[in-house]
Amino acid sequence: MTKTYILEDLDCAHCAGKIEADVAKLEGVTRSVVTLLTQKLVVDIEDGKAGALTKAVKKIVKKYEPDVTVIEK
Amino acid sequence: MTKKLKKRLRRILCGLVLFAAALVLEGTVGERYPNGVLLAFLAAFFVSGGDVLKKAAMNIIRGQVFDENFLMTIATVGAFLVGEYPEGAAVMLFYQVGEWFQAYAVNQSRKSIRELMDIRPDSAIVLRDAGPVRVTPEEVRPGERIVVKPGERIPLDGVIEKGTTALDMMALTGESLPREVGEGDDVISGSVNVSGVIEIRVTKEFGESTVSKILELVENAGSRKSESEHFISRFARVYTPTVVVLAALLAVLPPLLVGGNWSTWIYRALSFLVVSCPCALVISIPLSFFGGLGGASKSGILIKGSNYLESLSKAEIVVMDKTGTLTKGNFAVGRIAAVTSKERLLELTAYAESGSNHPISLSLRQAYEERSGKKIDKSRITQMEDMAGFGVSAVIDGQQVIAGNFRHMQQNGICCEPAQEVGTVVYAACDGSYLGYLVIADEIRADAAEAVRKLYAAGVRDVVMLTGDREETAQAVARELGISHVYAQLLPGDKVDHMEALMQKKSAAGRLIFVGDGMNDAPVLARSDIGIAMGGLGSDAAIEAADVVIMTDEPSKIAKAIAISRRTLSIVKQNTIFAIGVKILILILAACGMASMWAAVFGDVGVAVIAILNAMRALNVKGQEG
Repeated sequence: MTKTYILEDLDCAHCAGKIEADVAKLEGVTRSVVTLLTQKLVVDIEDGKAGALTKAVKKIVKKYEPDVTVIEK
Repeated sequence: MTKKLKKRLRRILCGLVLFAAALVLEGTVGERYPNGVLLAFLAAFFVSGGDVLKKAAMNIIRGQVFDENFLMTIATVGAFLVGEYPEGAAVMLFYQVGEWFQAYAVNQSRKSIRELMDIRPDSAIVLRDAGPVRVTPEEVRPGERIVVKPGERIPLDGVIEKGTTALDMMALTGESLPREVGEGDDVISGSVNVSGVIEIRVTKEFGESTVSKILELVENAGSRKSESEHFISRFARVYTPTVVVLAALLAVLPPLLVGGNWSTWIYRALSFLVVSCPCALVISIPLSFFGGLGGASKSGILIKGSNYLESLSKAEIVVMDKTGTLTKGNFAVGRIAAVTSKERLLELTAYAESGSNHPISLSLRQAYEERSGKKIDKSRITQMEDMAGFGVSAVIDGQQVIAGNFRHMQQNGICCEPAQEVGTVVYAACDGSYLGYLVIADEIRADAAEAVRKLYAAGVRDVVMLTGDREETAQAVARELGISHVYAQLLPGDKVDHMEALMQKKSAAGRLIFVGDGMNDAPVLARSDIGIAMGGLGSDAAIEAADVVIMTDEPSKIAKAIAISRRTLSIVKQNTIFAIGVKILILILAACGMASMWAAVFGDVGVAVIAILNAMRALNVKGQEG
């Protein structure tokens, strides 16, 4: 399944790349794309593994960009 | 300006004031109170760079080194340690100014891209049992009726049930002339109602409506990254660690090997750290692509990803389908070769053929009604006979009229010459005397010849036409359009085979584009490097199957898409060369002691800001000729 998050106030390209790479390493994630300009994170994850995804994404984002708010869409 | 940006700006201004005060202090009483001066600079430093220091500290705790904040902290704290107080404070301050400006510029371009795609309707007025209610477009179900007032955006796809109006489709197709619509016409969400109140029966729910499809497509386009973007990611991964290692070597090796002042070399090394962030590239390259995609969609060209935008610039062979792409795909009366009167020939032929629903008969009828302004009056026809494979014969106003092919004329003993024409020729005679013939052919699109010419002008090596149509017709169309390679009488499977052969012929770097109308050509679209579908507005199939969708029926937009692609790519190239060039130059100068930390700050944020401003040009595609 595909999940989309809005990363509000994301404006650092470098961090966007790091967030993308770390989310891609999460268990069950098959694709992770951060688009700086639309401030969106799109994650493809295997069915049944999405339960802990939001929490894990928030943790990763906080690590690189503490000011960014993660909104689940 | 967002709240966050305002807050940052205030902090920068406070920092600037404190920094100015510190400079004054240093200039006046600096010699008597050196510690006081240090404190003043430290105050300016902490006020302007507090968040950078905090982030750096947090990142170290989390095991994140080589991060921008960390590098800036080392560089500036280092400057303080080697006694360069003003520089330590100033570099932090200007780094913050640059970062702020960078965020502001990204924010601005994000906003202008958003405005460009501002086609999302806010609400819909739906007619329910209780009367009209204003709801969000998502709440409206297919089959319900909605009212759209002048000045409002049509929220959902549907059919007009009541009223006539003009629609402004500028945001969807780039076409500035409003389109007249009335009862029974299909309307597309995202177009703006200009003049009258209309009632629409909704045919698709919001998620399936054109406007949702377009927005989804454009918003996701950025996630299919181009080669240039991948290159920058790879470059960034290598660049920063390399520069940091070089900085460490520069600080330690020269003083050990050749002797000299430690603080001089440490200062130079610190300058290295300041330029070690590849921000200018990492931000400006995706921004350029996004601008190009946004600008293209403003012109009615939807490109599904940065990768396709990049590939378009390398177009080498353009393969075009004939029917529906270069031609309108409908039959229309072209040449009318009458022995005496053209009007009489058209009138009698149209009447004779009026009993049939064949496309050719319909086109005759349409041509007659359009040119004469009269409707077919069936009472004038007293007898009608259809001879399949030959033509018709009918009695009109008491005269015996026959119309059909050449053999039909011969069989009826009419004396005439076979016409050398492209398309279907219909001969006619009245009471035994020959009237002349009409040519019915698929109409070539108005801008088709221009489209081909522009493609050649844009450096496309070969324009090839594929068609299932007859050889003669295909050759004639190709001649008229200036296309040299034509493959006619192809079955759908043959088209794929020809594509395979053409793919072999192109060079390694070149790209092959296939242009079709998006119907029945999915296998060919899939086989090409870039599949372009034309007339995408309202056709879901085309939007699904193609990589690039041209919303209107203008083949000349292909050249325009290539032009936008080339321009975007040249901006990307400029930024890449400029940013890497300046950074390397500053690294060399700093190593020789010829560039101060000030220059290094320019090399970091100054370059980033210039690159972003340059990238924003990609948005503007107006007045660009293909």
